[in-house]
Amino acid sequence: MNAPVHIDAATDAQSTPLDQIDVSNPRLYQDDCYFPYFERLRREDPVHYRKGGMYGDFWSVTTFKDIMHVETHPEIYSSEAKLGGITITDRPMEFRRSSFISMDPPRHDDQRKVVSPIVAPANLNNMSSIIRERTARVLDGLPRNETFDWVQDVSIELTTLMLATLFDFPLADRNKLTWWSDRATEDVNSGGIVNSEAKRLEILTEAVQVFTGLWHERAAKPPGYDLISMLAHGEATKNLVNDPAEFLGNLTLLIVGGNDTTRNSMSGGLAALCKHPAEYDKLRANPGLIQSMVPEIIRWVSPIIHMRRTATADAEIGGKQIRKGDKVVMWYVSGNRDEASIDRPNEFIIDRARPRHHLSFGFGVHRCVGNRLAEMQLMILWEEIMKRFPRIELMEEPKRLYSNFIHGITEMKVRIPA
Amino acid sequence: MPRITYIEHNGTPHTVDVPVGKTVMQGAIENNIPGIDADCGGECACATCHVYVDEPWLAKVGLPAPGSQEASMLSFAAVTQPDSRLSCQINVTDALDGMTVRMPEGQH
Repeated sequence: MNAPVHIDAATDAQSTPLDQIDVSNPRLYQDDCYFPYFERLRREDPVHYRKGGMYGDFWSVTTFKDIMHVETHPEIYSSEAKLGGITITDRPMEFRRSSFISMDPPRHDDQRKVVSPIVAPANLNNMSSIIRERTARVLDGLPRNETFDWVQDVSIELTTLMLATLFDFPLADRNKLTWWSDRATEDVNSGGIVNSEAKRLEILTEAVQVFTGLWHERAAKPPGYDLISMLAHGEATKNLVNDPAEFLGNLTLLIVGGNDTTRNSMSGGLAALCKHPAEYDKLRANPGLIQSMVPEIIRWVSPIIHMRRTATADAEIGGKQIRKGDKVVMWYVSGNRDEASIDRPNEFIIDRARPRHHLSFGFGVHRCVGNRLAEMQLMILWEEIMKRFPRIELMEEPKRLYSNFIHGITEMKVRIPA
Repeated sequence: MPRITYIEHNGTPHTVDVPVGKTVMQGAIENNIPGIDADCGGECACATCHVYVDEPWLAKVGLPAPGSQEASMLSFAAVTQPDSRLSCQINVTDALDGMTVRMPEGQH
C-alpha cells in the first residue's frame, strides 16, 4: 500500500535478513511503507534486537502485550533524560533536557500533578464552547470547490489556537508555537532547518526567552488557569524557570504534546475516511458514530510512532534477555496493528466495539495527560464538519514527515465540493 | 450470583449480576454500563475505570496498598476521593453481593 517506487516494501521486508531489519529508518514512515517490516517482526521475532542500526543498538518491542509490560514497569524501564530519555535518538549528553515525560517517579509524579488539573473534567467542559466556536469559524472560512492544504488551514490552525489558549499565549504570536514545535522534533538528518542539536538549541532559546517573560508576569499575579501560571505557582515546579534546560524540556513537552499529535490526527482522520469510502458512508448515515470514530482515528493514525525506555536492570521481555543499559523501543505503530490484541487491526472501523483499546496515548504513569482533551477537540471538529460538509475529497496522497518519532502529515491537498 | 449497582455521575443506577471471579470493571463493560471506560482492558495502566466505593463496602474491598501500581495510577486520575478505587482491581466475590459503586465526573 502506497509503496514508493524505489523499493517494494513487502518483498524487502521478507528478503532482508532478520538481524538487518532496521525499523528506526525514518524513510519507512515518510514513505508510509513500514507495515510489512513490523508484520514480520511480530510473527518471527516480536522482541527484536538490532545491532548497529541507524540509531544505534536497540530492542524493538512490537506486540501490544509486551509494550504494555514495558509501560507498566517504569522501575526497570526508565524514561530518564540522562539515560537517553524517551526517543530512540541518543543526543549528546549536554543536549539531554529533562522534563516530566523524561523523568521517573517520584519527581515525574510531582511535576505532572502540577499541570494535570488543566484537563480535569470541569475544565474540559469550560473549554468545549471556545473550541466549538473556533472550529466553526475556521471551517466556515474554508474555500469551496478549490484545492487547499488541510494541514495548514485546519489542523495547524485549530491545534495552534488550542495550544495558545492552554498557555494563555498571545494569539497574534501563535505561529511561533508551531515553529518551535516543529523544530523541537525535527530529525537532524531530515535535510531541514535543524541540522544539529546546537542549531535546535539556538532556535529554542527564543522560546525560553519568551516563556521566561510570561512566567514572571504570571508568577507576580494570583494563580490562573493556564499552564504557565500553574507551573509558576506549583510547589514542585515554582523554581523551574531558574533551570533553563529543564524549563525548555518541559516547554517542549507541553508544546509538542499539546498540538502536534492532535494536528496529525486531524489530518490522518480525514485521509482515513477518504480512503475507506464505506466507513465515510457509515458516518454520513449516522454522525453519532463520531464517539467511536475518534478513538479509532487515534489508533489508526498512531500520532507517536515510538517511545523509548532504557533498562536499569537485567530483565526479560517475551523470553528475550534484556541487559541493564539496553535501549528498549516500544513501537506503538506496530502494537496498534497487533492481531493478537485488536480484532481486525488492519481495518479502519469507525464503529468498533472497544475503540479506546489502543496504545496511541501510552499506558502506565506516562499515559498522555491530554488524552481526553485531544478526543474532545477531534469530536468537536467532526461534529462541525458533518454539519457543513457531507463530503471532503482527498486530491493527492498526503506528504509525510521524515521522522521515526512524530507520525506527521506535512501537506494534504483536499477539496470541498461546492 | 453477586448483584452490583453502578451509579453514573448523573445519578442513573444500573444493577446487574456479576459472576464471582470477574472484576467490577468487567461487570460494567460486559453489561454496557456507561461511565467506565477501561481503556487498558484491566492492566491497571490507565485509571479510566475509576469508581468511588461507599461504606460499608469500602471496608470489604479495602484501599490500594501504598506504593502499589493502583495507588500510583489513581494518583494521576482526576477528581479522586479517599474512597477511590480502580474497578479493574476489585475482584467480585460473594461477600460483595449488594455492593454499590459510584462513578466520577469523567475518566482520564
